[in-house]
Amino acid sequence: MSLELRGITKTFGLFTANDSIDLKVEAGKIHAILGENGAGKSTLMNIVYGLLKADSGEIFVDGKLQNISEPSDALSAGIGMVHQHFMLIPVFTVAENIVLGHEKIGKFGVLDIAAAREAIIKVSKDFGFSVDPDAIVETLPVGIQQKVEIIRALIYEAKVLILDEPTAVLTPQETDELLKTMQELKRKGTAIIFITHKLREVRAVADEITIIRRGKVIAAVSPSTSEGELASMMVGREVDLAPDRQEHEIGEPILVANNLSVRNVSGTEVVKKINFELRAGEVLAVAGVQGNGQSELARAIVNLEDHVEGSLLLDGHEIRGLSIYDSLHAGIAYIPESRELDGLVSSFSIAENLILDLHDQAPYASGINLSAKVVSEQAEKHVLEFDIRLQSVSDAVSTLSGGNKQKVVIARELSRPVKVLIASQPTRGLDVGSIEFVHERILGERDAGRGVLLFSTELDEVLALADRIAVMYRGEIIEIVDSNVSKEELGLLMAGVVNEKAVS
Amino acid sequence: MMRNLLSKFGQAAKLPTLSFALAFSITGLLIAFSDPKVLAKIGSPLEFIKSGLATIRNSYLALFQGSIFDINLARGHNFFQGFYPLSETIVISTPLILTGLSVALAFKSGLFNIGAQGQFIFGAIGASYVGFHFQLPIVIHIIAAALAGTVLAAIWGGIVGLLKARTGAHEVILTIMMNYIAGYFIFWILKTKTFLRPGRFDPMSPEVGLNARLPRLAGDNLRIHAGIFIALAAALFVWWLLKKTTIGFRFRAVGANAQAAKTAGISVPIVITSTMAICGGLAGLGGAVHILGSERALSPDVAGSFGFDAITVALLGRAQPLGTVFAALLFGALRAGGRTMQANTGTPLDIVLVTQALIVLFIAAPNFVRFVFRLKKLSSSASLTSKGWNG
Repeated sequence: MSLELRGITKTFGLFTANDSIDLKVEAGKIHAILGENGAGKSTLMNIVYGLLKADSGEIFVDGKLQNISEPSDALSAGIGMVHQHFMLIPVFTVAENIVLGHEKIGKFGVLDIAAAREAIIKVSKDFGFSVDPDAIVETLPVGIQQKVEIIRALIYEAKVLILDEPTAVLTPQETDELLKTMQELKRKGTAIIFITHKLREVRAVADEITIIRRGKVIAAVSPSTSEGELASMMVGREVDLAPDRQEHEIGEPILVANNLSVRNVSGTEVVKKINFELRAGEVLAVAGVQGNGQSELARAIVNLEDHVEGSLLLDGHEIRGLSIYDSLHAGIAYIPESRELDGLVSSFSIAENLILDLHDQAPYASGINLSAKVVSEQAEKHVLEFDIRLQSVSDAVSTLSGGNKQKVVIARELSRPVKVLIASQPTRGLDVGSIEFVHERILGERDAGRGVLLFSTELDEVLALADRIAVMYRGEIIEIVDSNVSKEELGLLMAGVVNEKAVS
Repeated sequence: MMRNLLSKFGQAAKLPTLSFALAFSITGLLIAFSDPKVLAKIGSPLEFIKSGLATIRNSYLALFQGSIFDINLARGHNFFQGFYPLSETIVISTPLILTGLSVALAFKSGLFNIGAQGQFIFGAIGASYVGFHFQLPIVIHIIAAALAGTVLAAIWGGIVGLLKARTGAHEVILTIMMNYIAGYFIFWILKTKTFLRPGRFDPMSPEVGLNARLPRLAGDNLRIHAGIFIALAAALFVWWLLKKTTIGFRFRAVGANAQAAKTAGISVPIVITSTMAICGGLAGLGGAVHILGSERALSPDVAGSFGFDAITVALLGRAQPLGTVFAALLFGALRAGGRTMQANTGTPLDIVLVTQALIVLFIAAPNFVRFVFRLKKLSSSASLTSKGWNG
């Protein structure tokens, strides 16, 4: 089955999200759509799936014009979609989630779930999945949850499968597995639309690549195109994918953790007696599969966690147990994992977000008076220095794109006197251009003699930035290795396999 | 600049104004249909509509007469007396502005203060005690009494904040329970020797001393008193606190995203406790002003429904200080005018409550108002109510 889009145009007010886009996806092919955040990929897919209505343009399935105005139309036309944020009910079983919206009533008015269970087992066998139909969804790893979504699409006979940024939430291992699954689906004749901005994955699996920039199709290229070329087509200018890392003297230890343990609310030890030394002028990356205690460790350093034991010395002074305010003002800059939840007050203006931490300090405040004038003047300076693209500093920060939001967080955190930068997943969800900027700033801090503790699940990022890499597994640092470690070795370490060769 | 401000104000007032218009239209229908004289004419549509409209007109005219200006009172020797209704409106609105500000400020910090009623009661207790028990010089006595009420209520409100900050207990549950305690506490305290007026057996305190009374603004015939200036000053204070100070910045930050505020080093427990204390103080000042300005003596039902109407007022005022002032004046007018309406046209006073309820209903359901008026976009205020619950 093939899917063809002709002249799809969609505008939101004055903004053109899709500008007469043409696209053809063949059965048994993986068609990657590559573009930065805000390029219009998701808008296009939401139109195909019936979540949005195009202003003009036509959708053909197998050459037949389709009128898709809601998801059920798309489903009956054989189009399935796996969303970036899963549409699953966490407390339901896999089978219950799959029958959701298609419930069949059996004898005595009882929900008939046996058919769904059989279908799941059959599809799993056909495609080589191992998914237990009776497992509760919230107990499953993210990668399996995604498979549940894919199975759902397959059971309802999707011949065109849209995967919207499917790897954004996955670990490297899960990503590899998904790529294998995609190839399996392709072999069975499913047409796959693969939305992403990750170049490596595109080159690994795609048969065709369409690049979208600012709502327009920029080019259709083959997967043999180099990563550099793909990136510059996406962004519209030359992009430096491998930031320059100057070799330089590494200084004294500036942040030292001794037997640091963190317990979560339910009392489970999620960080177990960790020891490390972060030195001035180095990037120490903490790599690991999501959920192995990295988030808690990062939060514990700023004293955001409540149950912490052990010692944490910043420049020789104990900082464990300080208030968050005192920790930040002792010289720690903190880029939180979720900028939306922890980093920004979305209804506040950009200027206000830039002083969330310093609002009670001179020059912004004298006594309890807050000077709106100084706040916006300083904001203008930050905007210039960090190249934040905006209309006015008094606009709500929620009007900014993801990359610019992250710039606001970084600008704020680096506006205090900083000894150590704690960066937790600093480029998550950002596009290539913004990633480049964030990487430059992180290395800039390193070169200026600050210690940088980088928490990242992205192997490429870890390898590009780190001087040393600490691998976390089940709450422990199982190895600290040099940055010349190979990707394979690092992947194994992240899976908990301590390899003799990987130890430096 | 000026035009900008005006359009901003217009934008903010759009939803309340439309809700207001819608509520009054529906109330009008209710008035017409609840009048037996109108219903008797249902046989001939033209007569029916005619008499219906007449009833509605008369009722709303009476509402106006009872809340703003009454020509009958102005006839005769004193034209000024015609403004007696307006004076009554302001007397009712004054405490309502203060309790409304209490709820509005809490909204801004992401808290839902249902406790203005109890805080009001403690403000009234503190003010009346200092008012009748001490003999102090003029001005000083007023300040001391008002301060006593404010501080007592600030402590009462602060307890809620402290409990929430320390234990995570929900402020809605806490304040509701604290209202019960306050409501029965005032019954008890009025039976004690200290508070019971000598020679009386019904629960009623002595009147506050002459020096502790807020001066009347328009002679002895009109009850309007200087409390309205205190209320307006409080509105100005809340605006200044929220917009111009670091304290208000923290309040708003915690209200909008407590997690991000915490991550940036703002102490959420301190914000919650101090917000609730200030909110308590505002509602308490309302109680104090009510005693010192118009009531003069403490009685068990001194608080009326000032604390509960405050929630409606703050919602209608979209938790903005200026909006709260307007909303409180409107509610004061409805309350004052309702009585006249009942007396003159026989339309029940309860219809005013229906109007109030409808206004809030529409404010809370902005999409419905948008649908009725075929508007494209209306900035939502629904988040105002939901935030307090999540906080």
